[in-house]
Amino acid sequence: MALLKVENLGLSFAGLQVIKELNFSVEKGSIASLIGPNGAGKTSVFNCLTGFYKPNSGQIIFDGKGITRKRPYKITRRGMARTFQNLRLFKKMTVLENVMSGMHCRTSAGAIGAILRTGAQRREEAEIKEFCESCLDFVGILDEKDRTASNLSYGHQRRVEWARALATRPKLLLLDEPAAGLNFDEKQQLIELIKRIRDELNITILLIEHDMGLVMKVSEMITVIDYGQKIAQGNAEDVQNDPRVIEAYLGREEDEVA
Amino acid sequence: MDRIDAKAPTSAEVTHPGGPLRWLESQKNRLIVLSVLALMAMFLPLISNNYVLEVMTNVWFYVMLCLGLNIVVGYAGLLDLGYAAFFAVGAYTTGILTSHFGVNFWLTIPAAVFFSICAGVIIGGPTLRLRSDYLAIVTLGFGEIVRIIARNLEITGGASGLIGIEKPSLFGFEISQISHFYYVFLVLACLACFVSYRLQHSRLGRAWQYVREDEDAAEAMGIDRVAIKLYAYVIGAIFGGVAGCFFAAKMTAISPETFTFQQSVLILLGVVLGGMGKIPGVIIGAFALVLFPEVFRDLGSSRILVFAIVMLVIMLYRPEGIWPEKKS
Repeated sequence: MALLKVENLGLSFAGLQVIKELNFSVEKGSIASLIGPNGAGKTSVFNCLTGFYKPNSGQIIFDGKGITRKRPYKITRRGMARTFQNLRLFKKMTVLENVMSGMHCRTSAGAIGAILRTGAQRREEAEIKEFCESCLDFVGILDEKDRTASNLSYGHQRRVEWARALATRPKLLLLDEPAAGLNFDEKQQLIELIKRIRDELNITILLIEHDMGLVMKVSEMITVIDYGQKIAQGNAEDVQNDPRVIEAYLGREEDEVA
Repeated sequence: MDRIDAKAPTSAEVTHPGGPLRWLESQKNRLIVLSVLALMAMFLPLISNNYVLEVMTNVWFYVMLCLGLNIVVGYAGLLDLGYAAFFAVGAYTTGILTSHFGVNFWLTIPAAVFFSICAGVIIGGPTLRLRSDYLAIVTLGFGEIVRIIARNLEITGGASGLIGIEKPSLFGFEISQISHFYYVFLVLACLACFVSYRLQHSRLGRAWQYVREDEDAAEAMGIDRVAIKLYAYVIGAIFGGVAGCFFAAKMTAISPETFTFQQSVLILLGVVLGGMGKIPGVIIGAFALVLFPEVFRDLGSSRILVFAIVMLVIMLYRPEGIWPEKKS
């Protein structure tokens, strides 16, 4: 069953067509990737999915319901969480407070509860803390919970972002270049973590990534786009051998490297 | 990518820049200081004259207003240049209801809360989607609109305002002397501190901070930023409205000229001067606001100039406000 279905998605900025007639779907319980050369429109697709951009045409169906052009917070409440390409932590707040932001949409205490510190409010606060600590434990940085987020190492700041996304209790997790800026060891841990999120928490994963090694290792389904259009789809082997992909992507990247 | 180094201090080594403030970090020392200050505040009317009481009552009044605006500016990070409008809504609600309709003072408070909420929603609803600089201009306009409406309506007494607002009584005890009002405003200020503190350390307080730090990230975490900002706006409006009720009762007369743009700026100044988002800072800001012009009364008309210079110096050397930032 498809958890996420994108149909004929189109997005243009002032006449520039960023995404054209894009179709793809993500199966429930799978790890899927969206790849493509720089400027292919990958992050734009993510921004359409999460409501930050309003697509001009097409439909996005998530968990059986249309979410096209809904506001981001509503989409998160429906169960789609994301991380950002450039870290977007609440820098001055502690690690735990950062993760607690994810629980906001799953809790309800308001001003009166806060002022009177009612029993329900205190129970809810304890619940938030406990769940967020378990998220931090899952990504392996529980002992840093009371530090200010900006004081953590880059790799650990990334983990705070994942813990924060997990705290929204998502069905689908979108990771925007999760391996960017990580060293070799950290990348190995990332592959491990992505698999654990799917296997232990039953969360479907869609990621955008430049690191081909990582993409080929973790993903079960790869969608390749270039100039906002889908050029190939399949498992790692199919995609690697697709002449159009080699031409549009791998070949060109080799040139760049050389 | 190691632009953020790993040798930053851990949370156990929380440091304050100043020496005496380090002493304040211990919970016990804080309690001592707070109790001494509370005792001084409580017994002040027994040892001082009416002038001091009048000034101190004014201090508590500004503490409440500044704490109210602090929820909007400090917690939620929204620049509001028309806060006096909410204070006017409260004052006029009490003024009109007691003098025209003979309603008991205490019953005008819920009415003022209701109208403050309405005013908060009316101004906040359509404008909170704007980014901060536009919001500042809209709130400035709103403040002026409220004042001009009060100036031109018959029910608000036009330019001369309302006079003869009844002084309230509580269980048969008439609150009329300045020492009575001193205690009333002291209680209000304490209540404002308590509510601010509780809100700051709650789910709602955190949501304000998320929105203030990074709106898009907050929205991505499932926080409805417009609703959260509106919440801050409305709670700030209630603080201002309730303060306005008691202001009207104390002065027994109100006029549109009390609620000028200058008043809004003054309240904002208290918040920024002391340190946005920090309760002790905002209280110090309110003290500075009221006490400075009184202490330098001898300087005559040039005291405002001195006041301005002092403020510039404070802002140059402490752009985050007088109260120090907690660092970890």
